[in-house]
Amino acid sequence: MTLHNDDVRAIAALNRIRIEDRDVEATAVALSGIFGLFDALAQVDTTDVKPMAHPLDLVARLRPDRAEPVTQSGTYQTLAPDADDGLYRVPKVIG
Amino acid sequence: MPDASWQPVIGLEIHIQLATASKIFSSAPTAYGAAPNSQASAVDIALPGVLPVINADVIRMAVRFGLAIDAEITPNSVFERKHYFYPDLPKGYQISQLALPIVTGGHLDVAAEDQTQRIGITRAHLEEDAGKSLHDAFDNATGIDLNRAGTPLIECVSQPDIRSAAQAAAYAKRLHTLVRYLGICDGNMAEGSFRIDANVSVRRGATDEFGTRTETKNVNSFRFLEQAINYEIERQIDVLESGGTITQETRLFDPDRGETRAMRSKEEAHDYRYFPDPDLLPVAITADDIEYERCRLPELPAAKAKRFERDYALATADANALTVNPETADYFETATAAAGDDPAALGRPTANWINGELASVLNREGLTIAEAPIRAGQLGGLVHRVADDTISGKIAKQVFDALVAGEGETADAIIEARGLKQITDTNEIAGYVDQVLAENPEQVEQYRAGKTKVVGYLVGQVMKASAGQANPKEVNQLIVDKIG
Repeated sequence: MTLHNDDVRAIAALNRIRIEDRDVEATAVALSGIFGLFDALAQVDTTDVKPMAHPLDLVARLRPDRAEPVTQSGTYQTLAPDADDGLYRVPKVIG
Repeated sequence: MPDASWQPVIGLEIHIQLATASKIFSSAPTAYGAAPNSQASAVDIALPGVLPVINADVIRMAVRFGLAIDAEITPNSVFERKHYFYPDLPKGYQISQLALPIVTGGHLDVAAEDQTQRIGITRAHLEEDAGKSLHDAFDNATGIDLNRAGTPLIECVSQPDIRSAAQAAAYAKRLHTLVRYLGICDGNMAEGSFRIDANVSVRRGATDEFGTRTETKNVNSFRFLEQAINYEIERQIDVLESGGTITQETRLFDPDRGETRAMRSKEEAHDYRYFPDPDLLPVAITADDIEYERCRLPELPAAKAKRFERDYALATADANALTVNPETADYFETATAAAGDDPAALGRPTANWINGELASVLNREGLTIAEAPIRAGQLGGLVHRVADDTISGKIAKQVFDALVAGEGETADAIIEARGLKQITDTNEIAGYVDQVLAENPEQVEQYRAGKTKVVGYLVGQVMKASAGQANPKEVNQLIVDKIG
Protein backbone atom coordinates (compact mmCIF):
# COMPACT_ATOMS: atom_id res chain seq x y z
CA MET A 1 0.00 0.00 0.00
CA THR A 2 1.33 3.39 -0.97
CA LEU A 3 0.41 6.55 0.85
CA HIS A 4 -0.22 9.62 -1.28
CA ASN A 5 0.49 13.20 -0.40
CA ASP A 6 -3.18 13.84 0.41
CA ASP A 7 -3.18 10.92 2.89
CA VAL A 8 -0.20 12.46 4.63
CA ARG A 9 -1.95 15.84 4.89
CA ALA A 10 -5.13 14.19 6.22
CA ILE A 11 -3.22 12.22 8.87
CA ALA A 12 -1.35 15.37 9.89
CA ALA A 13 -4.61 17.29 10.20
CA LEU A 14 -6.21 14.59 12.36
CA ASN A 15 -3.23 14.66 14.70
CA ARG A 16 -2.90 18.45 14.73
CA ILE A 17 0.64 18.16 13.34
CA ARG A 18 1.84 20.95 11.05
CA ILE A 19 3.69 19.59 8.06
CA GLU A 20 5.48 21.83 5.56
CA ASP A 21 4.70 21.28 1.88
CA ARG A 22 8.32 20.49 1.13
CA ASP A 23 8.23 17.61 3.67
CA VAL A 24 5.03 15.96 2.47
CA GLU A 25 6.62 13.89 -0.30
CA ALA A 26 9.39 12.48 1.91
CA THR A 27 6.93 11.72 4.70
CA ALA A 28 4.69 9.84 2.28
CA VAL A 29 7.63 7.67 1.21
CA ALA A 30 8.70 7.01 4.84
CA LEU A 31 5.18 6.11 5.98
CA SER A 32 4.64 3.91 2.92
CA GLY A 33 7.71 1.97 4.04
CA ILE A 34 5.96 1.16 7.30
CA PHE A 35 2.84 0.12 5.41
CA GLY A 36 5.07 -2.20 3.38
CA LEU A 37 5.56 -4.22 6.55
CA PHE A 38 1.79 -4.63 6.86
CA ASP A 39 1.72 -5.82 3.25
CA ALA A 40 4.26 -8.49 4.18
CA LEU A 41 2.12 -9.59 7.14
CA ALA A 42 -0.93 -9.71 4.89
CA GLN A 43 0.79 -12.44 2.85
CA VAL A 44 0.47 -14.92 5.73
CA ASP A 45 -2.35 -17.42 5.31
CA THR A 46 -4.74 -16.84 8.24
CA THR A 47 -7.67 -18.89 6.94
CA ASP A 48 -7.99 -21.05 10.07
CA VAL A 49 -6.78 -18.50 12.59
CA LYS A 50 -9.39 -16.98 14.87
CA PRO A 51 -9.13 -13.19 15.06
CA MET A 52 -7.93 -12.05 18.46
CA ALA A 53 -8.21 -8.71 20.20
CA HIS A 54 -4.99 -9.12 22.15
CA PRO A 55 -1.73 -11.06 21.65
CA LEU A 56 -2.12 -12.67 25.10
CA ASP A 57 -4.71 -15.41 25.36
CA LEU A 58 -6.02 -14.06 28.67
CA VAL A 59 -9.09 -12.22 29.86
CA ALA A 60 -9.27 -9.03 31.91
CA ARG A 61 -9.13 -9.10 35.69
CA LEU A 62 -11.64 -6.71 37.12
CA ARG A 63 -11.31 -4.43 40.13
CA PRO A 64 -13.99 -3.90 42.80
CA ASP A 65 -15.85 -0.58 42.59
CA ARG A 66 -14.14 1.21 45.46
CA ALA A 67 -13.36 4.91 45.24
CA GLU A 68 -10.09 6.17 46.66
CA PRO A 69 -9.42 9.87 47.14
CA VAL A 70 -7.07 11.56 44.67
CA THR A 71 -4.32 12.93 46.87
CA GLN A 72 -1.85 14.35 44.35
CA SER A 73 -3.93 16.64 42.17
CA GLY A 74 -1.76 19.62 43.26
CA THR A 75 1.37 17.80 42.11
CA TYR A 76 -0.26 16.90 38.79
CA GLN A 77 -0.99 20.59 38.19
CA THR A 78 2.69 21.48 38.61
CA LEU A 79 3.48 19.11 35.72
CA ALA A 80 1.20 21.00 33.33
CA PRO A 81 2.55 23.86 31.20
CA ASP A 82 -0.12 26.12 32.69
CA ALA A 83 -2.71 25.74 35.45
CA ASP A 84 -4.72 28.24 37.44
CA ASP A 85 -7.54 28.09 39.95
CA GLY A 86 -7.51 24.30 39.91
CA LEU A 87 -8.01 24.24 36.12
CA TYR A 88 -5.52 23.30 33.43
CA ARG A 89 -5.14 26.25 31.07
CA VAL A 90 -4.99 25.58 27.34
CA PRO A 91 -5.14 27.89 24.32
CA LYS A 92 -8.63 29.26 23.74
CA VAL A 93 -10.73 26.58 22.00
CA ILE A 94 -13.84 28.67 21.28
CA GLY A 95 -13.49 32.45 21.05
CA MET B 1 -46.32 24.23 3.84
CA PRO B 2 -44.66 20.83 4.43
CA ASP B 3 -45.95 18.02 2.25
CA ALA B 4 -47.73 15.39 4.36
CA SER B 5 -46.10 12.58 2.41
CA TRP B 6 -42.70 13.24 3.99
CA GLN B 7 -41.81 10.63 6.60
CA PRO B 8 -39.26 11.37 9.33
CA VAL B 9 -36.78 8.63 10.24
CA ILE B 10 -35.25 8.99 13.68
CA GLY B 11 -32.70 7.05 15.69
CA LEU B 12 -31.42 8.01 19.14
CA GLU B 13 -28.01 7.55 20.73
CA ILE B 14 -28.26 7.94 24.48
CA HIS B 15 -25.35 8.26 26.88
CA ILE B 16 -26.20 6.76 30.24
CA GLN B 17 -23.81 7.67 33.04
CA LEU B 18 -23.37 4.68 35.33
CA ALA B 19 -23.87 5.21 39.06
CA THR B 20 -20.60 3.70 40.26
CA ALA B 21 -18.51 5.01 43.15
CA SER B 22 -15.29 4.95 41.14
CA LYS B 23 -14.40 5.48 37.49
CA ILE B 24 -14.42 2.89 34.74
CA PHE B 25 -10.62 2.46 34.56
CA SER B 26 -9.36 4.10 37.77
CA SER B 27 -10.29 4.26 41.46
CA ALA B 28 -10.89 8.04 41.42
CA PRO B 29 -14.35 9.01 42.75
CA THR B 30 -17.16 9.96 40.38
CA ALA B 31 -19.11 12.35 42.68
CA TYR B 32 -20.58 15.34 40.86
CA GLY B 33 -19.63 18.91 41.68
CA ALA B 34 -16.22 18.42 43.35
CA ALA B 35 -13.49 21.11 43.08
CA PRO B 36 -11.94 21.10 39.58
CA ASN B 37 -9.47 18.27 38.97
CA SER B 38 -9.71 17.05 42.58
CA GLN B 39 -11.13 13.73 41.29
CA ALA B 40 -8.77 13.21 38.36
CA SER B 41 -6.21 10.48 39.03
CA ALA B 42 -2.97 9.76 37.19
CA VAL B 43 -4.94 7.37 34.94
CA ASP B 44 -7.65 9.94 34.18
CA ILE B 45 -5.16 12.65 33.24
CA ALA B 46 -3.12 10.13 31.20
CA LEU B 47 0.27 10.39 32.87
CA PRO B 48 2.80 8.22 31.03
CA GLY B 49 3.12 4.64 32.22
CA VAL B 50 -0.27 4.28 33.88
CA LEU B 51 -2.60 1.43 32.98
CA PRO B 52 -6.39 1.15 33.05
CA VAL B 53 -8.07 -1.53 35.23
CA ILE B 54 -11.74 -2.26 34.53
CA ASN B 55 -14.33 -1.62 37.27
CA ALA B 56 -16.30 -4.86 37.85
CA ASP B 57 -19.54 -3.02 38.65
CA VAL B 58 -19.49 -1.31 35.27
CA ILE B 59 -19.58 -4.73 33.61
CA ARG B 60 -22.35 -5.95 35.94
CA MET B 61 -24.47 -2.87 35.25
CA ALA B 62 -24.07 -3.29 31.49
CA VAL B 63 -25.13 -6.95 31.77
CA ARG B 64 -28.21 -5.96 33.78
CA PHE B 65 -29.05 -3.31 31.19
CA GLY B 66 -28.69 -5.85 28.38
CA LEU B 67 -30.98 -8.33 30.14
CA ALA B 68 -33.60 -5.64 30.78
CA ILE B 69 -33.82 -4.76 27.07
CA ASP B 70 -33.86 -8.41 26.03
CA ALA B 71 -30.49 -8.18 24.32
CA GLU B 72 -27.54 -10.51 23.73
CA ILE B 73 -24.58 -10.23 26.11
CA THR B 74 -21.24 -10.59 24.29
CA PRO B 75 -19.20 -13.33 26.02
CA ASN B 76 -15.87 -11.68 25.10
CA SER B 77 -16.29 -7.98 24.53
CA VAL B 78 -13.36 -5.78 23.59
CA PHE B 79 -12.37 -2.20 24.37
CA GLU B 80 -10.97 -0.11 21.55
CA ARG B 81 -9.29 3.25 21.24
CA LYS B 82 -11.25 5.96 19.47
CA HIS B 83 -8.90 8.74 18.47
CA TYR B 84 -9.68 12.40 18.31
CA PHE B 85 -7.92 15.52 19.38
CA TYR B 86 -9.44 17.79 21.99
CA PRO B 87 -7.93 19.26 25.17
CA ASP B 88 -10.45 17.62 27.51
CA LEU B 89 -9.37 14.19 26.23
CA PRO B 90 -5.85 13.93 27.66
CA LYS B 91 -4.89 10.53 26.20
CA GLY B 92 -5.74 11.67 22.66
CA TYR B 93 -8.18 8.76 22.48
CA GLN B 94 -11.31 7.67 24.25
CA ILE B 95 -11.55 4.06 25.38
CA SER B 96 -14.77 2.77 23.83
CA GLN B 97 -16.09 -0.32 22.06
CA LEU B 98 -16.69 -0.83 18.35
CA ALA B 99 -16.49 -4.32 16.87
CA LEU B 100 -17.50 -6.29 19.98
CA PRO B 101 -19.74 -4.15 22.21
CA ILE B 102 -20.90 -5.71 25.48
CA VAL B 103 -24.61 -5.61 24.50
CA THR B 104 -26.14 -6.23 21.05
CA GLY B 105 -29.74 -6.33 19.89
CA GLY B 106 -32.68 -5.75 22.21
CA HIS B 107 -35.73 -3.55 22.12
CA LEU B 108 -38.14 -1.35 24.07
CA ASP B 109 -41.91 -1.21 23.60
CA VAL B 110 -42.95 2.41 23.51
CA ALA B 111 -46.45 3.88 23.74
CA ALA B 112 -46.97 7.23 22.02
CA GLU B 113 -49.72 8.85 20.00
CA ASP B 114 -52.22 6.08 20.83
CA GLN B 115 -50.11 3.19 19.65
CA THR B 116 -47.44 0.94 21.03
CA GLN B 117 -44.42 0.41 18.84
CA ARG B 118 -41.41 -1.83 19.33
CA ILE B 119 -38.21 0.21 18.93
CA GLY B 120 -35.15 -1.90 18.15
CA ILE B 121 -31.83 -1.34 19.88
CA THR B 122 -28.77 -2.00 17.73
CA ARG B 123 -26.17 -2.07 20.45
CA ALA B 124 -25.10 -0.70 23.80
CA HIS B 125 -21.40 -0.27 24.42
CA LEU B 126 -19.24 0.88 27.31
CA GLU B 127 -16.96 3.87 27.15
CA GLU B 128 -15.31 6.51 29.30
CA ASP B 129 -16.53 10.10 29.44
CA ALA B 130 -14.21 13.00 28.53
CA GLY B 131 -13.40 15.95 30.81
CA LYS B 132 -15.03 19.35 30.59
CA SER B 133 -13.81 22.39 28.68
CA LEU B 134 -14.72 25.66 30.39
CA HIS B 135 -14.60 28.29 27.67
CA ASP B 136 -15.56 31.17 29.96
CA ALA B 137 -13.17 30.34 32.81
CA PHE B 138 -10.43 32.70 31.60
CA ASP B 139 -10.34 35.73 29.31
CA ASN B 140 -7.79 34.39 26.89
CA ALA B 141 -7.62 30.67 27.62
CA THR B 142 -9.84 27.64 28.04
CA GLY B 143 -9.98 25.91 31.41
CA ILE B 144 -9.92 22.11 31.58
CA ASP B 145 -11.53 20.16 34.42
CA LEU B 146 -10.81 16.43 34.18
CA ASN B 147 -13.04 15.29 37.07
CA ARG B 148 -15.51 13.80 34.61
CA ALA B 149 -12.78 12.10 32.56
CA GLY B 150 -13.09 8.34 32.97
CA THR B 151 -16.66 8.37 34.25
CA PRO B 152 -18.34 5.17 33.00
CA LEU B 153 -20.98 5.50 30.27
CA ILE B 154 -23.23 3.13 28.37
CA GLU B 155 -24.00 4.44 24.90
CA CYS B 156 -27.30 2.90 23.78
CA VAL B 157 -27.92 3.12 20.02
CA SER B 158 -31.45 2.62 18.73
CA GLN B 159 -32.47 1.39 15.31
CA PRO B 160 -33.87 4.08 13.01
CA ASP B 161 -37.34 2.82 13.94
CA ILE B 162 -38.73 6.06 15.38
CA ARG B 163 -41.13 8.06 13.20
CA SER B 164 -42.02 11.19 15.22
CA ALA B 165 -40.63 13.56 17.82
CA ALA B 166 -43.31 12.45 20.31
CA GLN B 167 -42.32 8.83 19.82
CA ALA B 168 -38.63 9.73 20.26
CA ALA B 169 -39.43 11.45 23.56
CA ALA B 170 -41.52 8.47 24.69
CA TYR B 171 -38.64 6.10 23.88
CA ALA B 172 -36.13 8.28 25.73
CA LYS B 173 -38.44 8.53 28.77
CA ARG B 174 -38.94 4.78 28.77
CA LEU B 175 -35.18 4.21 28.75
CA HIS B 176 -34.75 6.85 31.47
CA THR B 177 -37.29 5.05 33.67
CA LEU B 178 -35.64 1.71 32.99
CA VAL B 179 -32.09 2.72 33.98
CA ARG B 180 -33.37 4.22 37.21
CA TYR B 181 -35.25 1.01 38.05
CA LEU B 182 -32.11 -0.96 37.36
CA GLY B 183 -30.24 1.34 39.74
CA ILE B 184 -27.49 1.85 37.16
CA CYS B 185 -27.97 5.60 36.57
CA ASP B 186 -29.30 8.46 38.71
CA GLY B 187 -31.09 9.88 35.64
CA ASN B 188 -30.14 13.46 36.53
CA MET B 189 -30.39 15.18 33.15
CA ALA B 190 -29.37 18.62 34.43
CA GLU B 191 -26.06 17.14 35.60
CA GLY B 192 -25.60 15.31 32.29
CA SER B 193 -26.22 11.77 33.59
CA PHE B 194 -28.55 11.04 30.64
CA ARG B 195 -27.67 12.76 27.34
CA ILE B 196 -29.43 12.30 24.03
CA ASP B 197 -28.15 12.62 20.45
CA ALA B 198 -30.85 12.52 17.75
CA ASN B 199 -30.22 11.26 14.21
CA VAL B 200 -32.89 12.66 11.95
CA SER B 201 -33.62 12.31 8.22
CA VAL B 202 -36.75 12.56 6.09
CA ARG B 203 -37.88 10.57 3.06
CA ARG B 204 -40.82 10.52 0.66
CA GLY B 205 -43.14 7.73 1.71
CA ALA B 206 -42.51 4.78 3.98
CA THR B 207 -40.76 2.56 1.45
CA ASP B 208 -38.13 4.92 0.08
CA GLU B 209 -34.47 4.68 0.97
CA PHE B 210 -33.39 6.70 3.98
CA GLY B 211 -32.45 10.32 3.29
CA THR B 212 -29.22 11.98 4.40
CA ARG B 213 -29.26 12.40 8.17
CA THR B 214 -28.04 14.98 10.60
CA GLU B 215 -27.06 14.35 14.20
CA THR B 216 -28.18 16.79 16.89
CA LYS B 217 -25.94 16.43 19.93
CA ASN B 218 -26.30 16.50 23.69
CA VAL B 219 -29.95 17.33 24.17
CA ASN B 220 -30.56 17.29 27.92
CA SER B 221 -34.34 17.36 28.35
CA PHE B 222 -37.26 15.47 26.82
CA ARG B 223 -38.97 18.73 25.90
CA PHE B 224 -35.86 19.98 24.08
CA LEU B 225 -35.61 16.62 22.34
CA GLU B 226 -39.09 17.03 20.83
CA GLN B 227 -38.40 20.65 19.89
CA ALA B 228 -35.04 19.82 18.32
CA ILE B 229 -36.42 16.93 16.28
CA ASN B 230 -39.48 18.86 15.08
CA TYR B 231 -37.28 21.79 14.10
CA GLU B 232 -34.90 19.49 12.24
CA ILE B 233 -37.73 17.67 10.40
CA GLU B 234 -39.22 20.95 9.19
CA ARG B 235 -35.82 22.38 8.26
CA GLN B 236 -34.92 19.32 6.18
CA ILE B 237 -38.32 19.28 4.41
CA ASP B 238 -37.93 22.99 3.62
CA VAL B 239 -34.45 22.43 2.19
CA LEU B 240 -35.54 19.45 0.09
CA GLU B 241 -38.76 21.05 -1.16
CA SER B 242 -36.86 24.10 -2.31
CA GLY B 243 -34.57 21.85 -4.36
CA GLY B 244 -31.63 21.76 -1.93
CA THR B 245 -29.79 18.80 -0.45
CA ILE B 246 -29.18 17.88 3.18
CA THR B 247 -25.59 18.00 4.35
CA GLN B 248 -24.57 15.17 6.64
CA GLU B 249 -23.42 17.10 9.67
CA THR B 250 -23.44 17.40 13.43
CA ARG B 251 -25.77 20.06 14.81
CA LEU B 252 -26.29 21.63 18.21
CA PHE B 253 -29.70 22.47 19.67
CA ASP B 254 -30.06 26.00 21.03
CA PRO B 255 -32.88 25.87 23.61
CA ASP B 256 -33.11 29.69 23.78
CA ARG B 257 -33.93 29.96 20.07
CA GLY B 258 -35.60 26.56 19.70
CA GLU B 259 -33.46 25.74 16.67
CA THR B 260 -30.53 23.54 15.66
CA ARG B 261 -27.29 24.93 14.23
CA ALA B 262 -24.53 23.29 12.23
CA MET B 263 -21.54 22.38 14.43
CA ARG B 264 -19.23 20.53 12.07
CA SER B 265 -19.70 19.19 8.57
CA LYS B 266 -18.75 15.85 7.09
CA GLU B 267 -15.59 17.37 5.60
CA GLU B 268 -14.32 18.06 9.10
CA ALA B 269 -15.82 14.91 10.56
CA HIS B 270 -13.48 12.80 12.58
CA ASP B 271 -11.71 9.78 11.32
CA TYR B 272 -11.46 8.00 14.63
CA ARG B 273 -8.94 5.30 13.67
CA TYR B 274 -10.32 2.68 16.07
CA PHE B 275 -8.19 -0.28 17.11
CA PRO B 276 -8.30 -2.70 20.08
CA ASP B 277 -6.71 -1.13 23.15
CA PRO B 278 -3.53 -3.12 23.83
CA ASP B 279 -3.69 -2.04 27.50
CA LEU B 280 -6.93 -3.94 28.07
CA LEU B 281 -7.69 -7.63 27.72
CA PRO B 282 -11.09 -8.85 26.50
CA VAL B 283 -13.82 -8.97 29.16
CA ALA B 284 -15.10 -12.51 29.72
CA ILE B 285 -18.71 -12.88 30.81
CA THR B 286 -19.88 -16.41 31.55
CA ALA B 287 -23.41 -17.83 31.43
CA ASP B 288 -23.21 -18.03 35.25
CA ASP B 289 -22.38 -14.33 35.49
CA ILE B 290 -25.40 -13.54 33.34
CA GLU B 291 -27.72 -15.77 35.39
CA TYR B 292 -26.47 -14.17 38.60
CA GLU B 293 -27.41 -10.70 37.29
CA ARG B 294 -30.72 -11.96 35.95
CA CYS B 295 -31.66 -13.12 39.46
CA ARG B 296 -30.84 -9.68 40.83
CA LEU B 297 -33.04 -7.80 38.34
CA PRO B 298 -35.75 -5.80 40.10
CA GLU B 299 -39.37 -5.79 38.95
CA LEU B 300 -39.15 -3.73 35.76
CA PRO B 301 -41.47 -0.80 34.99
CA ALA B 302 -43.66 -2.55 32.40
CA ALA B 303 -44.28 -5.52 34.73
CA LYS B 304 -44.91 -3.23 37.68
CA ALA B 305 -47.46 -1.15 35.75
CA LYS B 306 -49.32 -4.33 34.74
CA ARG B 307 -49.37 -5.52 38.36
CA PHE B 308 -50.69 -2.12 39.52
CA GLU B 309 -53.51 -2.30 36.98
CA ARG B 310 -54.41 -5.79 38.17
CA ASP B 311 -53.95 -5.62 41.96
CA TYR B 312 -54.99 -2.02 42.56
CA ALA B 313 -57.65 -1.80 39.84
CA LEU B 314 -55.91 1.20 38.26
CA ALA B 315 -56.40 2.70 34.82
CA THR B 316 -53.44 2.20 32.46
CA ALA B 317 -52.57 5.90 32.46
CA ASP B 318 -52.50 6.00 36.28
CA ALA B 319 -50.40 2.84 36.49
CA ASN B 320 -47.93 4.27 33.98
CA ALA B 321 -47.69 7.59 35.81
CA LEU B 322 -47.05 5.84 39.14
CA THR B 323 -44.31 3.59 37.74
CA VAL B 324 -42.35 6.34 36.01
CA ASN B 325 -39.71 5.96 38.72
CA PRO B 326 -39.22 3.41 41.50
CA GLU B 327 -39.63 6.03 44.26
CA THR B 328 -43.14 7.04 43.14
CA ALA B 329 -44.16 3.39 42.80
CA ASP B 330 -42.91 2.61 46.33
CA TYR B 331 -44.67 5.70 47.67
CA PHE B 332 -47.94 4.54 46.12
CA GLU B 333 -47.67 1.02 47.50
CA THR B 334 -46.75 2.24 51.00
CA ALA B 335 -49.60 4.78 51.04
CA THR B 336 -52.18 2.26 49.81
CA ALA B 337 -51.09 -0.29 52.41
CA ALA B 338 -51.40 2.40 55.12
CA ALA B 339 -54.92 3.22 53.88
CA GLY B 340 -56.22 -0.25 54.73
CA ASP B 341 -56.13 -3.83 53.52
CA ASP B 342 -58.28 -3.60 50.41
CA PRO B 343 -55.84 -2.65 47.63
CA ALA B 344 -58.43 -3.05 44.87
CA ALA B 345 -60.67 -0.44 46.52
CA LEU B 346 -58.02 1.88 47.98
CA GLY B 347 -55.60 1.92 45.05
CA ARG B 348 -57.60 4.29 42.88
CA PRO B 349 -58.24 7.01 45.51
CA THR B 350 -54.59 6.83 46.61
CA ALA B 351 -53.46 7.09 42.97
CA ASN B 352 -55.73 10.11 42.48
CA TRP B 353 -54.15 11.91 45.42
CA ILE B 354 -50.61 11.16 44.21
CA ASN B 355 -51.19 11.99 40.54
CA GLY B 356 -53.39 15.00 41.42
CA GLU B 357 -52.88 17.05 44.58
CA LEU B 358 -49.46 15.68 45.50
CA ALA B 359 -48.09 15.99 41.96
CA SER B 360 -49.17 19.63 41.83
CA VAL B 361 -47.54 20.39 45.21
CA LEU B 362 -44.29 18.75 44.08
CA ASN B 363 -44.45 20.57 40.77
CA ARG B 364 -45.08 23.92 42.42
CA GLU B 365 -42.31 23.50 44.99
CA GLY B 366 -39.86 21.86 42.55
CA LEU B 367 -39.54 18.77 44.75
CA THR B 368 -39.03 15.09 43.98
CA ILE B 369 -41.28 12.43 45.49
CA ALA B 370 -38.51 11.57 47.95
CA GLU B 371 -38.70 15.17 49.23
CA ALA B 372 -42.53 15.20 49.41
CA PRO B 373 -43.79 17.29 52.35
CA ILE B 374 -46.30 14.55 53.14
CA ARG B 375 -45.07 11.01 53.75
CA ALA B 376 -46.69 7.94 52.19
CA GLY B 377 -47.98 6.75 55.57
CA GLN B 378 -49.58 10.15 56.24
CA LEU B 379 -51.35 10.14 52.88
CA GLY B 380 -52.52 6.57 53.49
CA GLY B 381 -54.01 7.66 56.84
CA LEU B 382 -55.94 10.39 55.03
CA VAL B 383 -57.25 8.01 52.35
CA HIS B 384 -58.31 5.66 55.15
CA ARG B 385 -60.45 8.38 56.81
CA VAL B 386 -62.21 9.23 53.54
CA ALA B 387 -62.84 5.54 52.84
CA ASP B 388 -64.42 4.95 56.27
CA ASP B 389 -66.57 8.11 55.93
CA THR B 390 -64.95 9.92 58.85
CA ILE B 391 -64.44 12.92 56.53
CA SER B 392 -65.77 13.92 53.13
CA GLY B 393 -63.62 14.37 50.06
CA LYS B 394 -63.92 18.12 50.40
CA ILE B 395 -62.72 18.15 54.00
CA ALA B 396 -59.96 15.73 52.99
CA LYS B 397 -58.47 18.46 50.81
CA GLN B 398 -58.25 20.72 53.90
CA VAL B 399 -56.58 17.93 55.87
CA PHE B 400 -54.18 17.31 52.98
CA ASP B 401 -53.19 20.98 52.92
CA ALA B 402 -52.72 20.94 56.69
CA LEU B 403 -50.49 17.86 56.45
CA VAL B 404 -48.45 19.55 53.70
CA ALA B 405 -48.13 22.63 55.93
CA GLY B 406 -46.90 20.38 58.75
CA GLU B 407 -49.78 21.26 61.06
CA GLY B 408 -50.09 17.76 62.44
CA GLU B 409 -48.34 14.43 62.37
CA THR B 410 -51.32 12.40 61.14
CA ALA B 411 -54.64 12.97 59.35
CA ASP B 412 -56.39 11.83 62.54
CA ALA B 413 -54.59 14.43 64.65
CA ILE B 414 -55.64 17.22 62.27
CA ILE B 415 -59.25 15.97 62.04
CA GLU B 416 -59.37 15.90 65.83
CA ALA B 417 -57.69 19.26 66.40
CA ARG B 418 -59.86 21.06 63.85
CA GLY B 419 -63.05 19.19 64.72
CA LEU B 420 -63.55 18.08 61.12
CA LYS B 421 -65.18 14.75 61.78
CA GLN B 422 -68.30 14.20 59.68
CA ILE B 423 -71.52 14.65 61.58
CA THR B 424 -72.93 11.17 61.98
CA ASP B 425 -75.73 12.26 64.33
CA THR B 426 -78.82 12.00 62.08
CA ASN B 427 -80.80 14.41 64.23
CA GLU B 428 -78.16 17.08 63.84
CA ILE B 429 -78.11 16.61 60.06
CA ALA B 430 -81.91 16.61 59.97
CA GLY B 431 -81.82 19.99 61.69
CA TYR B 432 -79.63 21.44 58.90
CA VAL B 433 -81.89 19.83 56.27
CA ASP B 434 -85.06 21.32 57.77
CA GLN B 435 -83.43 24.74 57.91
CA VAL B 436 -82.32 24.59 54.25
CA LEU B 437 -85.70 23.31 53.03
CA ALA B 438 -87.45 26.13 54.89
CA GLU B 439 -85.13 28.73 53.32
CA ASN B 440 -85.54 27.37 49.76
CA PRO B 441 -89.25 26.76 49.10
CA GLU B 442 -88.82 27.52 45.39
CA GLN B 443 -86.30 24.69 44.87
CA VAL B 444 -88.49 22.32 46.90
CA GLU B 445 -91.40 23.10 44.56
CA GLN B 446 -89.22 22.55 41.50
CA TYR B 447 -88.20 19.17 42.85
CA ARG B 448 -91.78 18.15 43.46
CA ALA B 449 -92.63 19.30 39.92
CA GLY B 450 -90.18 16.70 38.62
CA LYS B 451 -86.95 18.71 38.34
CA THR B 452 -85.07 16.27 40.55
CA LYS B 453 -81.66 17.64 39.61
CA VAL B 454 -82.24 20.53 41.99
CA VAL B 455 -81.52 18.17 44.89
CA GLY B 456 -77.84 18.74 44.21
CA TYR B 457 -78.25 22.40 44.98
CA LEU B 458 -80.06 21.60 48.22
CA VAL B 459 -77.35 19.13 49.28
CA GLY B 460 -74.79 21.85 48.60
CA GLN B 461 -76.67 24.26 50.84
CA VAL B 462 -76.77 21.72 53.68
CA MET B 463 -73.05 21.03 53.28
CA LYS B 464 -72.40 24.76 53.45
CA ALA B 465 -74.60 25.13 56.55
CA SER B 466 -72.75 22.25 58.25
CA ALA B 467 -69.34 23.67 57.25
CA GLY B 468 -68.77 20.62 55.06
CA GLN B 469 -69.06 18.18 57.93
CA ALA B 470 -72.31 16.46 57.04
CA ASN B 471 -72.06 13.24 55.07
CA PRO B 472 -73.33 14.21 51.59
CA LYS B 473 -74.75 10.73 50.88
CA GLU B 474 -76.77 10.87 54.08
CA VAL B 475 -77.92 14.45 53.38
CA ASN B 476 -79.11 13.45 49.93
CA GLN B 477 -81.13 10.60 51.33
CA LEU B 478 -82.68 12.74 54.05
CA ILE B 479 -83.77 15.45 51.59
CA VAL B 480 -85.32 12.93 49.22
CA ASP B 481 -87.14 11.28 52.13
CA LYS B 482 -88.50 14.59 53.38
CA ILE B 483 -89.69 16.20 50.13
CA GLY B 484 -90.16 13.24 47.82
